[in-house]
Amino acid sequence: MLFSQLGYYSLILGLIFSIILIPVVHKDLKIVNHSINLNIINIVFLQLFSVLLSFVSLVLSFVNSDFSNETVYNNSHTTKPLFYKISGTWGNHEGSLLLCLLVLILFIYIFLLTSKKEPKKYRIFTLLFQQIIIIGFFLFLLITSNPFNYLFPIPTEGLGLNPILQDPALAIHPPILYLGYIGSSIVFSSSLAAITQNYVDNKWAKNLKNWVITSWIFLTIGIMLGSIWAYYELGWGGFWFWDPVENISLMPWLCLTALIHSIIVLEKRSLLASWTLILSISSFTLSMCGTFLVRSGILNSVHTFASDPKRGIFILIFLFILILSSLFIFFILYKPKKEEQKNFLFSKETSILLNNWFMMYFLSVVLIGTVYPIFLEVIAHEKISVGPPFYNKLLIPLLVPFLIIMTVGPNTKWIKNNFKLINVKLILLFLISILLSYIILHKIELRGLFTTVLIGSALYLFFITVKDFFIKNQINLSQKISHFGFSLLVLSIILNGIFSTEFITNIKIGEKYDFKYGSIYFEKINSFKKQNYLSVVGTFRIQDDNNSEIYLKPELRIFNQPAIITSEADIKTSFYSDKFLVMNLVKGSDFYNIRYQTKPFMMWIWLSALLLATGGLVNFFYKKKK
Amino acid sequence: MKKKTFLIFIIIFVLFCFFVFFKSLNKSNIYVPNTTSGKQLSSFSAKTLFNNEKINSDLLFSENKIYLLNIWASWCVPCRAEHDMLMQLSNNPSIEIIGLNYKDDFINAKKFINKLGNPYSRILTDKDGTISIALGAYGVPETLIIDKNKIILKKYIGPLNNQSLKEIMFLLK
Repeated sequence: MLFSQLGYYSLILGLIFSIILIPVVHKDLKIVNHSINLNIINIVFLQLFSVLLSFVSLVLSFVNSDFSNETVYNNSHTTKPLFYKISGTWGNHEGSLLLCLLVLILFIYIFLLTSKKEPKKYRIFTLLFQQIIIIGFFLFLLITSNPFNYLFPIPTEGLGLNPILQDPALAIHPPILYLGYIGSSIVFSSSLAAITQNYVDNKWAKNLKNWVITSWIFLTIGIMLGSIWAYYELGWGGFWFWDPVENISLMPWLCLTALIHSIIVLEKRSLLASWTLILSISSFTLSMCGTFLVRSGILNSVHTFASDPKRGIFILIFLFILILSSLFIFFILYKPKKEEQKNFLFSKETSILLNNWFMMYFLSVVLIGTVYPIFLEVIAHEKISVGPPFYNKLLIPLLVPFLIIMTVGPNTKWIKNNFKLINVKLILLFLISILLSYIILHKIELRGLFTTVLIGSALYLFFITVKDFFIKNQINLSQKISHFGFSLLVLSIILNGIFSTEFITNIKIGEKYDFKYGSIYFEKINSFKKQNYLSVVGTFRIQDDNNSEIYLKPELRIFNQPAIITSEADIKTSFYSDKFLVMNLVKGSDFYNIRYQTKPFMMWIWLSALLLATGGLVNFFYKKKK
Repeated sequence: MKKKTFLIFIIIFVLFCFFVFFKSLNKSNIYVPNTTSGKQLSSFSAKTLFNNEKINSDLLFSENKIYLLNIWASWCVPCRAEHDMLMQLSNNPSIEIIGLNYKDDFINAKKFINKLGNPYSRILTDKDGTISIALGAYGVPETLIIDKNKIILKKYIGPLNNQSLKEIMFLLK
C-alpha cells in the first residue's frame, strides 16, 4: 500500500522535473559559455532519483507480495521464491516499461557527466531530444499502463508469474536487453542534436562510438541470454527460431553492427556522415518498432504480454511522431559537409561500405519476414507465417561473399590498398580451407558444392583471424576478437546444423527403444513436491555407438499457480556436443512422448557470442592503456 | 528539389505503414492454435435429448464413416445461420451429423428443431457445458469433423460457411 503510493507519486514527480527542465534549458541556451548550468544536471539527477525510488517501490511491493497493487496481483504469488518475486518486477508490461524509463534517464545522466568536453549546445539539444522520449514514456506509463493501480478489496493471493519466465537466464535477460535498446536512444538523440548544431564530424563520431559499442555489447549479451533461455527452458531444441520477437531484437543489432563500422570510417576518414546519421536514427527507431510490435499484441509470440489496443495506438502514434520528426530534421536541417572524393576500389572504406550493404540486406530480409504477414493480413486478408526456410534461403547464400570480404577487409589499408599485400600465403590459406571443408563433408557423406564453399569460407575467416592474433603490432585487438568470435559463431552454427541428430518416439516405463546411433532405456519415474510446483522426473539410460552410457533426467513441472505444465529438458553439455532429452505427457495413456537430440558445438555458439561482446569490451580497456 | 521529392515519397511510405499498423491493431488477433486437429477425441458419455438414454462416445463414433459433431444451442443466433448448411449436409449419406446441445432448455431446443428441421442423427445434451469444455470447445457454434478412429480431422470455431462446407465435402471424397 505505502510503497505503491510512494512509487506512484515519485513517478509523477519525475514527470514534473521534465517540465521544470524546459524553462531552465531555454534560459541556459541564451547564455554563451562553455559549460552547462549545473542546475540542469541536478534536475536530471533528481528526476533519476525519483524514478529510481518509484522502481524500488515496485520491487518492494513485489517482495512484500502486496496484492493491493494490480501489477503485483497479476504477476506474483506468495509461494514464489524471493528471486523470482524480484525478477517478476520486470517480467510484465508495466514493470518493464518502468525499468526502460529508469534506463533512459540513467543514460542521459551518464551522457551529461561524460560529455563535458563537447559543445554546450550539442549537449543541451541531446538532453532535449532525450527528454522528449522520456516524456513519451512517462505519459505512456501514467495513462495506459500504470504499475501502481490500486485494487480493493485486497485479494488474498496473486495470480502468479508465468512459469516459463521463472528461470535465472530470463531474470537478467530483459534488463540487459533494455540497456541495449535504450542505449541506442542516446545515439538517436545525439545524432539529431548533432544535425541541428552542424556537429557531424570525426570528433563527434569518436565520442559517440562509445555509446554505440556500449549498447551493442548489451544487445549482444541480451540476445544471447534470450537464446540460451529458449534452448534450455522452452525445450524446442534449438537456439534460434526466427520468432518475430527474436527478429525484432536482431534488427537493431544488425543496424548497430553496421553503425559501429560506418562510424569508424567517419572518425578516421570523415566519410559516410549522412549514412552514419541514417543508421543511428534507424537503430533506435527499430528498437521502438520492436516495442510496438511486441507490446501491442500485433504479433503473437512468447513475449506478448496481455495486449490492449489502447496501448498499441499510443506507442504507434509516439513511434511515428519520432520517425516523422527525425525525418524532417534530417532532410531539412542537415547540411552535409563536403567530403573529399578520393575513394579507391580497394581500400578499407570500400570494404566497410560493402559490409554495410550486406548488413542492410540481412536487415531488410529479417524486416520483411517479420512485418510481411501483418501487411498481407491488412491488405489481402490472408494469414500466413514466415518460417525458417525463408530466412535460410535468402540469408545463407549471401554469407559466402560476406565472409570473404570480412577476411580481406580488415587487412586492407585506408585510402588506397597496395596489392602486394594480397600474397600467396592468403590464397594458399583459402585453398587449404576449401580442402579441409571438402574432407569434413566427405567424411560424413554429405556433398554439395555450396556447402563446401560455405564451410570453406567460414574456415578461411577463422584461420585468418587466428593468424592475425600473432601479428606483433596489435592495433585493433577488439576488432580481432569480435571477428574471431563471429567466425567461430558461423562455423559452430553451420556444423551444428549439419551434425545434429534427432528422434521422437512414444515410450512406456521399462521399455527400451533402439535408434540409429544407439538405444534408449526408460528406467523409472519419480515425483517430488517443490515450493510452488510438483516435479516429475524420468530417468533414461542412453547407450550410444561406442557403448558409452549416460543418464538423462528430463522433468515435468506441474505448477499450481497458474495451472501450467512445463517440460524441462535435461541437457548434458560437454565441450563438443550437447545431448538433449525432453519428455511430455501423452494424455490418457501411460506413454511418454520423448525427443532425443544430439547437438554438437552448442557450447561454442554461446562462447562465440560472448567473444563478440568481449571484443566490444576490450575496446574500452585498450583505449585506456594508450 | 530532388531531396524534397524524396522526402515526400518517404513520408507517404511512412504514413502508409502507419495506416497498415493502425488497421492491424484494431483487428482481432485472437490466435486460435489448431492443436486439436490430428488428435484423438477424448471419450465422454452423455444423455440424448429426446429419449434421455445414456450413450458413450466410443459406441457413437464406431462405424466406418466420417462424423460431424456440431455444438449448438437454441439461444445462439449464429447457430440458426449455419443450420441450413447442416440440413444440406444431412442429405449426404457418407457423413453422420451428431448434435451436442449446449446449456439449453429442452422445450426451446425442441422448438428450434421442429421449426428449422433436424439434420442430426442423434442429439446429445450438455446441460452444464462440461462435455464441451472437455472437448476443448471455445463456445457455440463449433464443429468437429471426426473419422472412425475418433481422430479430429478438422475443427471450426464459429458458424460454418461456404468455405468450410467446401472443405468438408473435400474430406468426404
